[in-house]
Amino acid sequence: MRFRIYRYDPEQDQKPYMKEYDVALEPSDRMLLDALVRIKASDDSLSLRRSCREGVCGSDAMNINGKNGLACITPLVELKEPVELRPLPGLPVIRDLIVDMSQFFKQYHSIKPYLQNSDPLPEKERLQSPTDREELDGLYECILCACCSTSCPSFWWNPDKFVGPAGLLAAYRFIADSRDQATNDRLDDLEDPYRLFRCHSIMNCVDVCPKGLNPTRAIGRIKEIMIKRMV
Amino acid sequence: MSLPTRKFDAVVVGAGGAGMRAALQLSEAGLKVAVLSKVFPTRSHTVAAQGGIGASLGNMGEDNWLWHMYDTIKGSDYLGDQDAIEFLCRMAPQAVYDLEHYGMPFDRNENGTVYQRPFGGHSSNFGERPVQRSVCAADRTGHAMLHTLYQRNVRANTVFFVEWMALDLIRDASGQVLGVTAMEMETGETWIFQARATLFATGGAGRIYAASTNAFINTGDGLGMAARAGIPLEDMEFWQFHPTGVAGAGVLITEGVRGEGGYLLNKDGERFMERYAPNMKDLASRDVVARAMATEIKEGRGCGKDADYILLKLDHIGVDKIEKKLPGIREIAKKFANVDPVKDPIPVVPTCHYQMGGIPTNYHGEVVVPGNGKDNNVVPGFYAAGEVACASVHGANRLGTNSLTDLLVFGKASGDSVIRYLKENPGHKDLPADAADYTMARLSRLDSQAGGESVFEVGAAMRRTMQAHCGVFRFPDLLTDGVKKIREIADRAARTEIKDKSKTFNTARIEALELDNLIEVARSTMVCADARQESRGAHDRADYPKRDDVTWLKHTLWYKDNDRLEYKAVNLKPLTAESFEPKVRSY
Ligand SMILES: Cc1cc2nc3c(=O)[nH]c(=O)nc-3n(C[C@H](O)[C@H](O)[C@H](O)COP(=O)(O)OP(=O)(O)OC[C@H]3O[C@@H](n4cnc5c(N)ncnc54)[C@H](O)[C@@H]3O)c2cc1C
Ligand code: SF4
Ligand code: SF4
Ligand code: FES
Repeated sequence: MRFRIYRYDPEQDQKPYMKEYDVALEPSDRMLLDALVRIKASDDSLSLRRSCREGVCGSDAMNINGKNGLACITPLVELKEPVELRPLPGLPVIRDLIVDMSQFFKQYHSIKPYLQNSDPLPEKERLQSPTDREELDGLYECILCACCSTSCPSFWWNPDKFVGPAGLLAAYRFIADSRDQATNDRLDDLEDPYRLFRCHSIMNCVDVCPKGLNPTRAIGRIKEIMIKRMV
Repeated sequence: MSLPTRKFDAVVVGAGGAGMRAALQLSEAGLKVAVLSKVFPTRSHTVAAQGGIGASLGNMGEDNWLWHMYDTIKGSDYLGDQDAIEFLCRMAPQAVYDLEHYGMPFDRNENGTVYQRPFGGHSSNFGERPVQRSVCAADRTGHAMLHTLYQRNVRANTVFFVEWMALDLIRDASGQVLGVTAMEMETGETWIFQARATLFATGGAGRIYAASTNAFINTGDGLGMAARAGIPLEDMEFWQFHPTGVAGAGVLITEGVRGEGGYLLNKDGERFMERYAPNMKDLASRDVVARAMATEIKEGRGCGKDADYILLKLDHIGVDKIEKKLPGIREIAKKFANVDPVKDPIPVVPTCHYQMGGIPTNYHGEVVVPGNGKDNNVVPGFYAAGEVACASVHGANRLGTNSLTDLLVFGKASGDSVIRYLKENPGHKDLPADAADYTMARLSRLDSQAGGESVFEVGAAMRRTMQAHCGVFRFPDLLTDGVKKIREIADRAARTEIKDKSKTFNTARIEALELDNLIEVARSTMVCADARQESRGAHDRADYPKRDDVTWLKHTLWYKDNDRLEYKAVNLKPLTAESFEPKVRSY
């Protein structure tokens, strides 16, 4: 199978280039990551992150034939040849397919991604009805892979100011949690021309999320609550 | 040669469930802590845990920690230390409440309490019938737990060194542990992390086998570092083969599937577990189920054209329940097995999953080694928790859900021990002059090696050998031959060559350094398995089919030096409960 892979090692390369590979695959190689592991077995300089190989750790996000996704759960049979692989767009490249994700995590951290509740702790668990708990479905499953934020034009232009789809999804995960008491502070923090309102509902994020999550809907909900709060 | 040095009160190596639970304890106590991780914390393999966390909350009906304790001891085939097991089971409910207070999105009951599902080997009233003890977040429990712990650490301002790989343990002449050497992956720079206390939470090493539910990063680094520094490894012959890895892919299908009503079928469509475990059936202990499956396959009742797998049926549970309680499993089955489990059964085989053994600790998370005429002397400044540690709560076979409980309970306990130790031992000891020499020698060997084999080839040879010589069923000649082979492969691993010499994010170098650790794990496993002449828990020998409590009710200790073995007694005395005497084990 044929591949064209973005290569760049700042120590040796003046500038990035695309390297061609033609690999013989085994029948057990089903996913793109299997093919990359095979390529790496013969060219150990190819650099990428990977860990769980089942789509839960969020390590191996990359741009696959023009669309962001996880190599480990992208079936090879669905890919057009030569398969073109690039690092996630919009973030600084450290080497080959490895990008610097600091900006992405900074935005995630900026929404205070932890439960806030100042009531005295009960002896056992806090109670939560199944219906209230259901509000968190489609939100808590995010694996922080950055496929969404790095496909969002608003994030490309303002990675330092716009929280981006992943961070906003996380913000709504806490707003929607019946146990969290910081909704007002969270909304205050987002009521800003950039942090929330740079989202123009372009929906790229929804299109690429490998976990089938819907950041646009979460963002819409935050906006609704904000408007309700104003009247 | 010396290296630049950073100084901390404590260094935690590993940011999975155990490392982050410990780190939280330390950060919230206001200590200066560095947490090192090869990957961003939420990418640690705890994220992949599916089924649940065992704790006798009793939300679904009567339950108590003594029953949980009995099940764990029986599950361990009586090799578990009963003081540590009592501690685990008594602390488990509080560990779950803490997690809930941190914001974990647990599944709920109508009355608002946390939902609990049945799981293998967990019973009510000392083995009478299955009990609902496992708390969960659908089939993404590990993900929810790891993210919750990370979030709580963000709140506590824990300092993470992300994508830093610890390379070697630093000990002085007295044996005291003074920190680690570590490499920053992005720059290739190596530093000394000097610490008054060092805590290992580096997780498992399931990548020694060819078929494994483990992530690529599960390379037993903590075990390799400890072994090279002269610390023995305990009970390394005991590896859990999970009954239900997706055939061919290795990806796990949680036991929660059977907890929610799924069951196993052979090629005749027979629910064969009824024959092997009339009481608990498909929810018997993992070693029992894995062996039953392997027997079915061996005797020609496997499914498929090569009769080499078993089917896991769950369509009868219904689409709604599958979507609600097992959505991740449906995703995995579709992606990795090409079947939609709401219609068709999933092809599964027993797959390497969990290491029961590890760095010997007591139930405070302190590392203990023999010496001064005692079995368990504390190594000053050294702690371990999670899958890398052997407390030993899992003995010869771990119960499902007990690992996540272990991470929480012993993560916290080891954190508390570090806090106590730091209070009593103020001030840094000086580093020995040669603190970094060993690491530097390893790195320069790798950089200058010419004409060596590739890491991939040597690694593949190791994985194949482990798979063929030390699997679910173990045979004397294969083990003896396996020891010879694995020693040869260890020699080859000492001469691996990497072509990539760049300093920038050199993953070839990282994989070579990981192989140094894997090979110690593989060697210790094979040597310990060859030596133990009985069948107990996950260790099943054709030539010694019975458990032998007279000779073998003892823990193995393996030393890297000449593969030396020692043994130490199992602690059969709980903290407060009555001791559970070894009995015949049936489910
Ligand atoms: C697929 C799967 C499902 C499971 N499901 C369950 C379940 O439902 N219930 C249950 O109880 N158990 C389950 N288990 C077992 C359980 O998940 C693991 O035993 C447990 O998560 C291990 O946690 P840990 O904190 O010890 O290590 P890990 O989560 O593996 O973390 C190890 C950490 O150490 C770091 N590290 C390693 N080496 C180095 C180094 N050299 N330098 C720096 N950092 C390093 C890594 O980066 C990582 O942060 C499951 C296991 C698997 C594989
Ligand atoms: S919907 Fe909003 S967040 Fe998503 S890609 Fe478009 S602009 Fe970005
Ligand atoms: S929302 Fe989806 S795409 Fe975005 S980081 Fe989370 S899992 Fe990845
Ligand atoms: S390797 Fe974990 S998401 Fe792909």
